[in-house]
Amino acid sequence: MADTSFMPTLAIAVPRRSAFARGFAHFRYVMTSNPVTFFAFVLFALMTLIALFGPALVPHDPLATLADKALKPPGAGHWFGTDHLGRDVFSRVIVATRLDLLISVSAVAISFVCGATLGAFAGYWGGWFDRLSGRLLDTIMAFPLFVLAMGIVAAAGNTIQNIVIATAIINLPFYARVARAEVSIRRNAGYVQAARLSGNSEIRILLLKILPNTLPPMMVQLSLNMGWAILNAAGLSFIGLGVRPPTAEWGIMVAEGANYIVSGEWWLALFPGAALMLAVFIFNLLGDGLRDLVDPQRRT
Amino acid sequence: MSLFLHRPPLLAVKDLCVEFATRRGPVTAARSVTLQIAKGETLGIVGESGSGKSVTSYAVMRILDRAGRIVSGAMEFGGIKLHDANETVMSDLRGREISMIFQNPRAALNPIRPVGKQIEDVLIRHARATHDQAREKAIAALERVRIRDAARRYHAYPFELSGGMCQRVVIAIALACRPQLLIADEPTTGLDVTTQKAVMELVRDLTHSEGMSTLLITHDLGLAGEYCDRIVVMEQGRVVEQQDTRALFTAPAHPYTRRLIRSTPHAAQTIRDLLPEDQRPPQPPAVAEPAATSGPLLEVRALVKVFESPGGLLHRLRTRGKSTGHAFRAVDGIGFSIARGESVGLVGESGCGKSTTSAMIMRLLDATSGSIRFKGHELTAVPAGGFARSPLRRALQMVFQDPHESLNPRATAAQSIADPLLRLDGMTGAGDIRARVEQLAAEVGLPCELLDRLPHQLSGGQKARVGIARAIATRPELLILDEPTAALDVSVQAVVLNLLADLKAKSGMSYLFVSHDLEVVRLLCDRVIVMRAGRIVEEGPTERILSAPGADYTKELLAAIPRPAHLPHHVGRAKVAWA
Repeated sequence: MADTSFMPTLAIAVPRRSAFARGFAHFRYVMTSNPVTFFAFVLFALMTLIALFGPALVPHDPLATLADKALKPPGAGHWFGTDHLGRDVFSRVIVATRLDLLISVSAVAISFVCGATLGAFAGYWGGWFDRLSGRLLDTIMAFPLFVLAMGIVAAAGNTIQNIVIATAIINLPFYARVARAEVSIRRNAGYVQAARLSGNSEIRILLLKILPNTLPPMMVQLSLNMGWAILNAAGLSFIGLGVRPPTAEWGIMVAEGANYIVSGEWWLALFPGAALMLAVFIFNLLGDGLRDLVDPQRRT
Repeated sequence: MSLFLHRPPLLAVKDLCVEFATRRGPVTAARSVTLQIAKGETLGIVGESGSGKSVTSYAVMRILDRAGRIVSGAMEFGGIKLHDANETVMSDLRGREISMIFQNPRAALNPIRPVGKQIEDVLIRHARATHDQAREKAIAALERVRIRDAARRYHAYPFELSGGMCQRVVIAIALACRPQLLIADEPTTGLDVTTQKAVMELVRDLTHSEGMSTLLITHDLGLAGEYCDRIVVMEQGRVVEQQDTRALFTAPAHPYTRRLIRSTPHAAQTIRDLLPEDQRPPQPPAVAEPAATSGPLLEVRALVKVFESPGGLLHRLRTRGKSTGHAFRAVDGIGFSIARGESVGLVGESGCGKSTTSAMIMRLLDATSGSIRFKGHELTAVPAGGFARSPLRRALQMVFQDPHESLNPRATAAQSIADPLLRLDGMTGAGDIRARVEQLAAEVGLPCELLDRLPHQLSGGQKARVGIARAIATRPELLILDEPTAALDVSVQAVVLNLLADLKAKSGMSYLFVSHDLEVVRLLCDRVIVMRAGRIVEEGPTERILSAPGADYTKELLAAIPRPAHLPHHVGRAKVAWA
């Protein structure tokens, strides 16, 4: 590429835009360049709206039992039918969104922060801390992860808080490993050496120069884990650990509805199951879009 | 050389246009390229990055990636129309009739397969050998590329071989089926000059003895001038000139060719000669001689760096506290000094310890023993990890080899330049910092509107400027330049070298210029230190070292520089050049 240095530069006047404007332009570019990403973000926004406002909008009280309307198939009054206690399945599926999303988002947030910190320190300094944390994570990985989560919840008690902690622990090794690998390949990169020469302290280099550059692969991991976390929370409830009836939660609803499938009342399990599937699907689709959003090379 | 024109062409490319689909619409990489190679001819394609020279060869091989498309044009190879040949025909031709060697030999080899087996694969694929005799033929192929002890090297994995050896293996693979045309795409970039000479002579000898044609793609006009019969010069996808080598150097017709020849350091008397006449600033003013009372700025004595091989746990326990025989002495007791305002070249081939030395002086690496005194302060007293807080940090700065890799991909040019100002000068106030950054950008000739761009939005030369602006932000007294132009095109290199010379003249900095390129060192440095295997081989004023070298190794280095016979030279005009 010919350099135009000593020649007069053909300056195309680019007005300086604010960081927000540039960020928005980039967001718009990522959304328009890939329709699948756009679709995923629309669905995600919809799911978030449902989680926020769903309880205020639902047509029926999700906990109100109406014995005379038990096990009604989907129809005009009850779009998703009613369950064995006459509760409106549609309202329960909508209301459960908030709880399931809350559990998975907070669990993933905890494991992202803790795992990334642990992995980043291990990858940057290496040595005994790396070896120790590495073996610790290997120990976690050695268990079948769902069984480990079951064990933690059973031992610590059947609360939402413990489900979040158990889900966070089983997801931790994935973040730590990605962060460790990504940090250790950048540990002696040219720009890190340059940052040392510019007088940055080691901790500053790690947190401000290296970690932000590891975000793109971490984002892919994050979105995959969101799907796992939501499945995990529902799975725990399904086997009777975690959230208890009569709280509306997708896992419990599938568990309760499973008993009625043989007798032909399919709608009890199908709709919460479909909601669960949709949520996992959305999170998995989000991955690529999130990565493109945080990748500076994608900016033009 | 025009006798080739009378023979029927082996390969004829006519009006080739190649387009790449990108986010901003199609980009034309090759615009109606027309060239011919006769049988037995060596044709060079020379151009800077983005000139379309590699794309042309990929189009001939039909190995353009998915975004690339041959829009129009005709390519004919020995009667076969390559432009509409199907994939079966092409994969039969590739390797058997047309072979290719690539820039990075290590990447071109399968890392988990012994090199001998990889040669066998090609032979068997093109039915040049059966399974029983493949092994013998593979060993013969290795012997042909002058690999000593070929039967043993047959089992070697690529990681066990040096870069030059890997490139020989790649050549062996390329020539295994005795193709008629060899396409060499930057075959020696990244190799040392002495290795480059060995590899290029090997290619030349083999192609001559087999009567093959060669297409040599390179950015190095000197290399093309030495080994090619005819040269095609490309610029921005177009062929601008096509001439016999002698004619090209003696009477270049196109202004771009003239600029390119001028930018090549071989012929230049002074650093200003590298630039086109109309863009030459006046000569930099002579640096005022500093008062000699202050003593040397930097004094290195008996500096040693030993890298211990990690070994197993058992090995480490057994040898605890003792120095082991497995240690590698990267720098082995060197000593030199740099005066204020002086620029010193540190020259040597890869692995000679020049980068380790500069990292130790920069305090990025702790020395095993020895002393580094800077302005009378002992630098080795402060461990490398804590040097960021030392007041001397400001006075010692560095420009890195790869301008792209040394910039944080998430930071804009302005943020990169401002980093040392914030951390070392403690500047505050966004307005002040912006003003200072703009002033620095002006000093290195970086347009202000580029300051808000991210590194991948800048060209190589612009990134080099950002790196230099960052390094001079704190007004250092010693600047280490670690091959600052190795990744740049010659015309950009010319501009950057001049910029460095001007900056030095203006501010009186001292330079330690680490390089493998003696031609560049000649133009920029007062004194040269030649290193080999961790030791200093020779040291002295540039003029003397390059015209009358004392050490055999220096002579060898000088002799290895490719020099077209048709260009005047200023390095090693003594008999050494032809030794």
